[in-house]
Amino acid sequence: MAKKRILIKGGRIIDPDGDFDQIGDILIEDGLISHRGDAQGSSADTVIEAKGKIVMPAMVDMHVHLREPGREDKETIASGTTAALRGGVTSVLAMPNTNPAIDSPEHIELLSQIIKKTAHIEVLICGTITKKREGLELSDITALKKKGALAITDDGSSVDDLELMRKAFQEAKKCGLLVICHSEDKKLSGDGAVNLGFTSTRLGLKGISKESEYKRVARDVELAKETGARIHIAHVSCKESIEIIARAKQQKIAVSAETAPHYFTLCDQAVLGFDTNMKMNPPLRGKEDLEAIKEGLRQGIIDAIASDHAPHASSEKDIEFDRAAFGVIGLETELAVAITELVEPGILSWLQLAKAVSYNPAKILGIDKGKLSVGSPAEIVVISPDQEWVVRKEAFLSKSKNSCFLEKKLKGQVIYTIHQGQVKWSL
Amino acid sequence: MRWKRKDLLDLESLSLQELEYILTTAASFKEVTGRQIKKVPALRGKTVVNLFYEPSTRTRVSFEVAAKRLSADVINIAAEVSSVKKGETLIDTGKNIEALKADIIVVRHSASGAAAMLARHLKANVINAGDGWHEHPTQALLDIFTLREKLGRIEGLKVSIIGDIAHSRVARSNIWGLTKMGAKVTLCAPLMLIPPGIEETGVKVTDDLDQALSEADAINVLRMQFERDEAGAFPKAWEYFKTFGITEERLQKAKKDIVVMHPGPINRGIEMSSEVADGVNSVILEQVTNGIAVRMAVLFLVAQAKNGKKANSN
Ligand SMILES: [Zn+2]
Ligand SMILES: [Zn+2]
Repeated sequence: MAKKRILIKGGRIIDPDGDFDQIGDILIEDGLISHRGDAQGSSADTVIEAKGKIVMPAMVDMHVHLREPGREDKETIASGTTAALRGGVTSVLAMPNTNPAIDSPEHIELLSQIIKKTAHIEVLICGTITKKREGLELSDITALKKKGALAITDDGSSVDDLELMRKAFQEAKKCGLLVICHSEDKKLSGDGAVNLGFTSTRLGLKGISKESEYKRVARDVELAKETGARIHIAHVSCKESIEIIARAKQQKIAVSAETAPHYFTLCDQAVLGFDTNMKMNPPLRGKEDLEAIKEGLRQGIIDAIASDHAPHASSEKDIEFDRAAFGVIGLETELAVAITELVEPGILSWLQLAKAVSYNPAKILGIDKGKLSVGSPAEIVVISPDQEWVVRKEAFLSKSKNSCFLEKKLKGQVIYTIHQGQVKWSL
Repeated sequence: MRWKRKDLLDLESLSLQELEYILTTAASFKEVTGRQIKKVPALRGKTVVNLFYEPSTRTRVSFEVAAKRLSADVINIAAEVSSVKKGETLIDTGKNIEALKADIIVVRHSASGAAAMLARHLKANVINAGDGWHEHPTQALLDIFTLREKLGRIEGLKVSIIGDIAHSRVARSNIWGLTKMGAKVTLCAPLMLIPPGIEETGVKVTDDLDQALSEADAINVLRMQFERDEAGAFPKAWEYFKTFGITEERLQKAKKDIVVMHPGPINRGIEMSSEVADGVNSVILEQVTNGIAVRMAVLFLVAQAKNGKKANSN
C-alpha cells in the first residue's frame, strides 16, 4: 500500500534527539520523516497547518495494562490502543499480568496474534520474570527474549525471594534483557489501602508505608549493582526511592526509573472522601513526595513518565474502599496532565517533556522511536498547547472509566496522532 | 442557622457552628423525652431504615427508639458483608432500600468509608452509625453532650481518651468533635495502638496512664477488642488491665469529680474495674439516655435538608 505524503507545516518542532526546538515543517513519506526544516515547494497529499502548535515525537508509554488476554471486559488491545491514540501514544509496553500471563514463548505467540489482528499502534511485548507471576520458578528468560520480549517484569508483585531475583537478574544480564521492577515489599505493605500517615489515620484505613517501596528499590538496585543487569524501577512514588536511584546513577549502576502522572499531580489528601478512583499501588503519597517527584523529573533522575494504565470494571471500583481494586486509567490523559502540571508551571521544558514521554523510554526499551530526525519513523503527535479541555467520563475511549482526573481541567490537547506515517487520530 | 447537610457522615468536616447546633437541638429533644408523652410528630410519615452490617444492639436500638420518638416508621435490616465478589454490593442494597421509599438510612459497616459511599450514590439521607475505624459521629456527639451537661462547657476541658485509638472510630470522632469545641485532648494507649500522624489534630499522646489521669476533667475509656488483634500488636488482656485499666486506686490520683465515660459495652476487669464502671464518677448510663436525644436531633436535622441533592463534599 502506497503511503501518503503528509506535510506538517509551521509547527514548533521539538526533537529531543539533538535538543532541537525550532519552528519548521516536517514532511512524511513512506512512513518516515523525509524532510525537516523548510519544506516549501514540497507537494503533499495531506497538509497539517501547525502554526502555534507543538510537533513532537508520539509518546512511548512503557507501562500499560491492556488486560487482553483474560479480562477483555476491562480493556482489549483494540480498545486500549484506540485510547492510546487519543492520548498521543503510538507505542506501549504491555504488562504481562494477563491471563494467561506472558511467561512463555507460546503465550507471546498468542499475544502477538491478537496484536497483529487488532492493535492500532505498536504494542511491545514484556514477559514475566517468574512462571504465572508466582515468584516461585523463573520463566525461560532467554526464550522470552528470543521470541521478542523487550523486558521482563512480574508487575503487580515483586519477587520476594532474593535468590530467585538474583538468578533472574543474572539470566537477564546474560541475554541483555531489561528487568522492570515493581518494587514493593508485601510483608511491609500488607493489605494497606492508602499511604501510611495522617491520611490513613483520618480515613481509618490500613496504611502502605513508603518503606515498603524504597526498601525494595534499594534491594533491586543492590542486585543490579552486583549482577550488572539493566533494571528499570516502575512507578516511583516517594522521595526516598528517588534518593536511592540518584545515588545508584552516580555509581553508574544500570538503573532507570519512571513515574506516573498521578504521582506528580495528586497527593494522599485526594483520597479524603473515599473516592476509589484515588486508590492505586503504590498509593498517592505526601506533598513532600509529590514535590520530590517533580524535582526528580526536572533533574532527570526519573527518566520516564508512564501511565501505569490500569483499567478496572466499575464493579471492582464502586465498592467499599478497602475492597476496591488498585489502579487508574491514564493513556488518554497523561500527556495533557504532564503539560498542565510540568510544562505550564515551568518545571520541564518541552524538550524535557519530550524526553520523559518518548525519547527516554524508547532508549530504555531499545527501540528506534522518540525522535524527529530525518529518516526516523514518523511517530508524531501534534499538540495544541493552550487548548483547555475537561476530563469527562463519557469521552473515554478506554473500556474502563476509572480515572483519577475526572472533571479536571487540563491544558494541552492532542490534535493529531501519526503512527507509521499515517494520521491515526485527529480531533 | 439552617441545617444544610443531607447526611451525617463524620465530625471531621462539621463546623463548630454545626456541632453546637446539633447539641442544642439534642438538648431540646432531651427535654421532650423527659415528659409523660415522649413522642413528637416531627418525622411522621417518614421511614428510617437501620442497615446494620455489624451486630450492634445498642446503637441500633438507640436509633430505633430515637426514630420512633419522632414518630417515624422504622425498619431494621441486619445485613451481611458478602465475601463473594458476586454478592449484592452495598450500593445495590442501598438503592433497593431507597426504592422502598426509605427517607433516612442509618448504616453501620465494617469498612471505613461505607457510609460516604452510600451517601454519594443515594438521594436518601445517610447517617453513619459507625464505619470501620473511621468515624462514629453520633457516639462522639452523645459523649460530648453528656460531658457538657455534666461540666457545663467543653472549651478548655481536659479530656483523656484511653485505649486502642488506632482501631477506634469512637476515638476519631471524639478527637474531631472535642478539639473543634476547644477541649484539650490527650490520647493514652500502648504506643503501637496510636495511629500515625494523629498529633496533627492537636492532641497530646502518652503511654503513661497516671499522666493522662492527673489533670483530666474527664476520661473516655474505649473498649478493647482483643478479638480484632490480627497482627498480634495487643498486649495480653491482664497485662493491659495492669497498665491501662481504670481502677479506683488509680482514680485516687485524679481529680475528685473526674467524669468517667465508656461507649459500651464494657469489658469489666479489662478497661475498667466494676467498681469504677458503677461508681460515682461514671456517667455510662447517662450516655445511653443522652444517645437517644442526640440521635433524635441528627435524624430530625438531616431530614430538614433537601433530599435528592448530591452528598456534601465530605
Ligand atoms: Zn506495578
Ligand atoms: Zn502496573
